[in-house]
Amino acid sequence: MRFSTLLKKPAEWMRTPGPENDIVMTSRVRLARNLVGHPFPGWAKKDDRTRVMERVRPVLEELAEMKDSFSEEMTQLTAIEKQVLVERHLISREHAAKGPGCATVMNRRQTVSVMINEEDHLRMQAIRPGLQLLAAYESLDQIDTELEDDLPYAFDHQYGYLTACPTNLGTGMRASAMLHLPGLVLGEQINQTIQGANKIGLAVRGLYGEGTEALANLFQISNQNTLGMREEDIIAHLDRVIGQLIANEKNARMKILEDRPTMMQDQIGRAYAVLKYAHIISSKEALNHLSMIRLGCDLGFVPEEERETITVLLTEIQPAHLQISAKCKLSAEERDILRADIIRKSLIGLTPPDFRSILTDRDDDDE
Amino acid sequence: MNCDICQSEKATIFFSQMAEGKLQKVNLCKVCADEKGVTDPTGFALADMLEGMGQQTSVETAAPKPHELVCGSCGFSQSDFKKTGRFGCAECYQVFDEGLDGLLEAMHKHTRHVGKVPGSCPDPGDRRSASSPVMPGEANPRARLSELRQALSKSVEDEDYEEAARLRDAISRLETLIGEV
Repeated sequence: MRFSTLLKKPAEWMRTPGPENDIVMTSRVRLARNLVGHPFPGWAKKDDRTRVMERVRPVLEELAEMKDSFSEEMTQLTAIEKQVLVERHLISREHAAKGPGCATVMNRRQTVSVMINEEDHLRMQAIRPGLQLLAAYESLDQIDTELEDDLPYAFDHQYGYLTACPTNLGTGMRASAMLHLPGLVLGEQINQTIQGANKIGLAVRGLYGEGTEALANLFQISNQNTLGMREEDIIAHLDRVIGQLIANEKNARMKILEDRPTMMQDQIGRAYAVLKYAHIISSKEALNHLSMIRLGCDLGFVPEEERETITVLLTEIQPAHLQISAKCKLSAEERDILRADIIRKSLIGLTPPDFRSILTDRDDDDE
Repeated sequence: MNCDICQSEKATIFFSQMAEGKLQKVNLCKVCADEKGVTDPTGFALADMLEGMGQQTSVETAAPKPHELVCGSCGFSQSDFKKTGRFGCAECYQVFDEGLDGLLEAMHKHTRHVGKVPGSCPDPGDRRSASSPVMPGEANPRARLSELRQALSKSVEDEDYEEAARLRDAISRLETLIGEV
């Protein structure tokens, strides 16, 4: 598959709904694997890396899941193309910075992607819409089992799958869910929530992983421990915690609707106005307003049909996506103008938020 | 007193930490402290920071010291690990095995893998229980016992009573086991 084809199609997870999709955007699982007898990528010389890539890449391309796959060496992609893959969560920021001997292979549907020679020889990822961590793991597990017939993995009975960094030993698995938590942010409970998750061995990060800002009220929650727990137990633990977070988020939203309904109307109404009529808009401002419209969908103030448009926009308005659609490099100012254009066009059918349900609820007085 | 990092601002935050039995102190201004995450106790390791500060002027690849352990397979040294926090190759895990358990205990809840095993690496013994740090098949249960006792006193020191209780149970189980053997 050519890169241009990949770009034209939004990822499958954006177009198909999943369980708990109002709060859980996506579930992702990644596995880290290394080959016996080759130094890890970070320590390997260019020749070592190239040998590993030449060994691994054809095996990946042969997988049934990878029929008509997109497969490319990192040196063959432009900076903007690599950035597009980062914005779609198909490769990591670290991998985008890699050069000779590094490659990426992903399936047509953009649900499975494999980074060759990122921090480990193989970093494979499955992504699903909504809360489906176990399903994501199972699909990846199957691919992993197919691969182990052809690729001798570095494995030790004490330490499990051997990885460059000891923090990934054992299962080599990181499971994470992307949560939309505007209620906890507006209700000022988000810091407590993050601290609580940290205490029980989970990490909470921003939109693009370690060290990134939590834009659009989106947070990634993932396991930190990879050694000493079974894959299924790690996922079950995460599922339980995420279930609790969903309940907390829903409570926070209800509480705001009850205590400060005008503030909520203001936030969503303002987001509508800005997105509909702005002609220059930064990525941060746009993302945060889109988050409010999405919240409006969840609460029934904005028609449900808009949800998919919003989800696609969250990715399409990011810098590299804009430059691909413009087919040229754009300055920050030019991007802000194009971003506003794209948003206005996409939201052309969006009607003003309808807050009547808040008023009737208040009349009822109960609940 | 000026800040140890920027050397220009007045130091207002004084941080001390025990690392490998030595007391290390660092004096920071507000800006540098925030930058280094001192205000967030989980994300801050003084030793790492001091190491980072000291190494800014040193050469790129850590030259192995005379008696230092080096991986025969890939040439990775202990200093390289201290510097990067990553290993050089799969063999390194055997070469640098000593002391690894302590490191792993800090990172993970347990130090023995219980998850998926590749088909080509059948488990030599029975699948071991996930919750127990006591491994009946362990080559040297007495060494393991002393390790556990050390870990216990450390967890009491750290006031991590949950972990201490777990270790206490593990020790008593292992003691019974050794008695029976």
